[in-house]
Amino acid sequence: MSELNGNSKSKLHGLWALTNRELKKWYKAPVIFLLSIIQPILWMGLLGKAMNIGALIPTNIPGVNPETVLKGTLGTSDYFSFMAVGMISFTALFTTMFSGMSVVWDRRLGFLNKALSTPVSRAVIIFSKVLSATLRSMFQAGLIILIAVAFGLQFGVGFSPLYVLGVFAIMFLICVGLSSIFIAITIRSTRIETPMAVVNLINLPLMFASNAFFPTKFMPDWLQTIAKVNPLTYTTDAVRQLLIFSTDWTQLALDFTYVGMFAIVAATIGIVLSWRYLSK
Amino acid sequence: MSEEVIKAEGLTKVFNKHLTAVDHVDFSVKQGEIFGFLGPNGAGKTTTINVLITILKPTEGKASVLGFDVAKQNGNVRNVIGVVPQEYTADEDLTGLENVLLCADMYGIPRRIAKERTEELLRLVELTDFKDKKVQIFSGGMRRRLELACGLINRPKVLFLDEPTLGLDVQTRAATWNYIRKLKKEYGMTLFMTTHYLEEADALCDRVAIIDHGKIVVVGSPEELKHGLGGDIITLGIKEDDDVSEFIRKVEHVKDVKRENGSYRIKAEYGEITAPFIIEALRKKGYTVTKLSLTEPTLNEVYLEYTGKSLRDAEESREAFAAQRMTMRRARQ
Repeated sequence: MSELNGNSKSKLHGLWALTNRELKKWYKAPVIFLLSIIQPILWMGLLGKAMNIGALIPTNIPGVNPETVLKGTLGTSDYFSFMAVGMISFTALFTTMFSGMSVVWDRRLGFLNKALSTPVSRAVIIFSKVLSATLRSMFQAGLIILIAVAFGLQFGVGFSPLYVLGVFAIMFLICVGLSSIFIAITIRSTRIETPMAVVNLINLPLMFASNAFFPTKFMPDWLQTIAKVNPLTYTTDAVRQLLIFSTDWTQLALDFTYVGMFAIVAATIGIVLSWRYLSK
Repeated sequence: MSEEVIKAEGLTKVFNKHLTAVDHVDFSVKQGEIFGFLGPNGAGKTTTINVLITILKPTEGKASVLGFDVAKQNGNVRNVIGVVPQEYTADEDLTGLENVLLCADMYGIPRRIAKERTEELLRLVELTDFKDKKVQIFSGGMRRRLELACGLINRPKVLFLDEPTLGLDVQTRAATWNYIRKLKKEYGMTLFMTTHYLEEADALCDRVAIIDHGKIVVVGSPEELKHGLGGDIITLGIKEDDDVSEFIRKVEHVKDVKRENGSYRIKAEYGEITAPFIIEALRKKGYTVTKLSLTEPTLNEVYLEYTGKSLRDAEESREAFAAQRMTMRRARQ
């Protein structure tokens, strides 16, 4: 018994065990795993291929070259490439939103209370949720890139495979930030309906008030203002800079700074709020 | 180490500034005993246990486990206690083995030691054959045993059990009782449990505290409590119509006699010895006893005596009710 004195453990013990518990629900369940692969394919097929904005521009008007028009508005001549990258932000948003749900389930099934009675740190309990959602999103982001390439994604000039690491980095930041917020919102609710309502209320507006599917410069002013503070805009831009644009390094640095700040602030607020709630 | 493993003094928990769940409760639990908190749903049993296992902070008063203050030294408390919650907390998507190992990780037990202990504990609760099966196929009794294994992974000195047999059938309940007795006997563990089953408290606990509306109304061993009621109930009838209350009252150990619808309800100590004396006394006066029954008091009578009501289902929060319903449902799978 005495071999278990408090000093022999690190403050972070249990983090990987709890994270892996969440991840196992996903990678050990073939159906769920398969669905999470099919979902981005469906979305890309529907949004990217069906809504081919390039086809709307008439080709028979002299002096109008659809490619140039698209290049001027989207920054790339291929709407599919533009949209496929937006899918990456979309995945970050959706995966992290549901991280709040698993907190509610843990509360209802009593697992949360059990974990709270063990020496595992409160912060670790919350951060394991954040981390599992983040790792899932990063995996899916990688998958989306592969699928998009198979569907004909056009890389930007000067693209190097190393830039994909940048995509993972920005995904890590945005997911940590988003899931911290969602967990702080849902940790108090005892019923599964509440976070569902919150998720339904804010996910689509947040998605469309960003540049994920449509460039912000054609939006009305009020929407542009929202899009300008929406961290998803910066995430999407960062991924575009890395994958399909000829990289503008100043813009990319700005994107990373903004999303990084968002992650730090959101994670701090989220973890502090949840922590205080858990040690009432 | 002090004799008193758990000690609560003036322990109070108030929710939302007005709902007093636990109201200035004092009690102590001695080394190696099974101490039971008995009361209806909503009486404050689970709240008390949650304060003791450091999930909730006391609003007022203090409590200690093995000398560690539950509010100030909660880290120390968490290391030395084991908890078997009311709910089935094992993850349904993981196997039995994975669940116990997850608990070990939460205590920061090194993998090598954790593996040895897990094997040992799964053997103890007789789940070795099912260790690689997912928990979703487990029956209620198996889940309860798995919870027990999880609660024991850190070799706790004190084990807290919240409604350990809620929703289990009679055989499974008896089996669970045996595991609990084994822990006390073979490991010298101190156990704190809550229950709203009177027969469970009677069968298992060395001492029982009856709690109602957040207050402890009486503490004592089940025997003491039952004895404290003033003895057994003898009911008898005689052939003749005369009132014989006075003759009965003169018999030694008889404390009270009431005549109801022609039969007599007699409160007496040592009922099984006193009854023949009563028959004898009546026969000497020429009366014939036609029927006789003897009831020893159960904790139910004790409960009735102290709370003025039978164990009833009090109103409770929606959350608690939902959780309990879910536990019952899964127990019956």
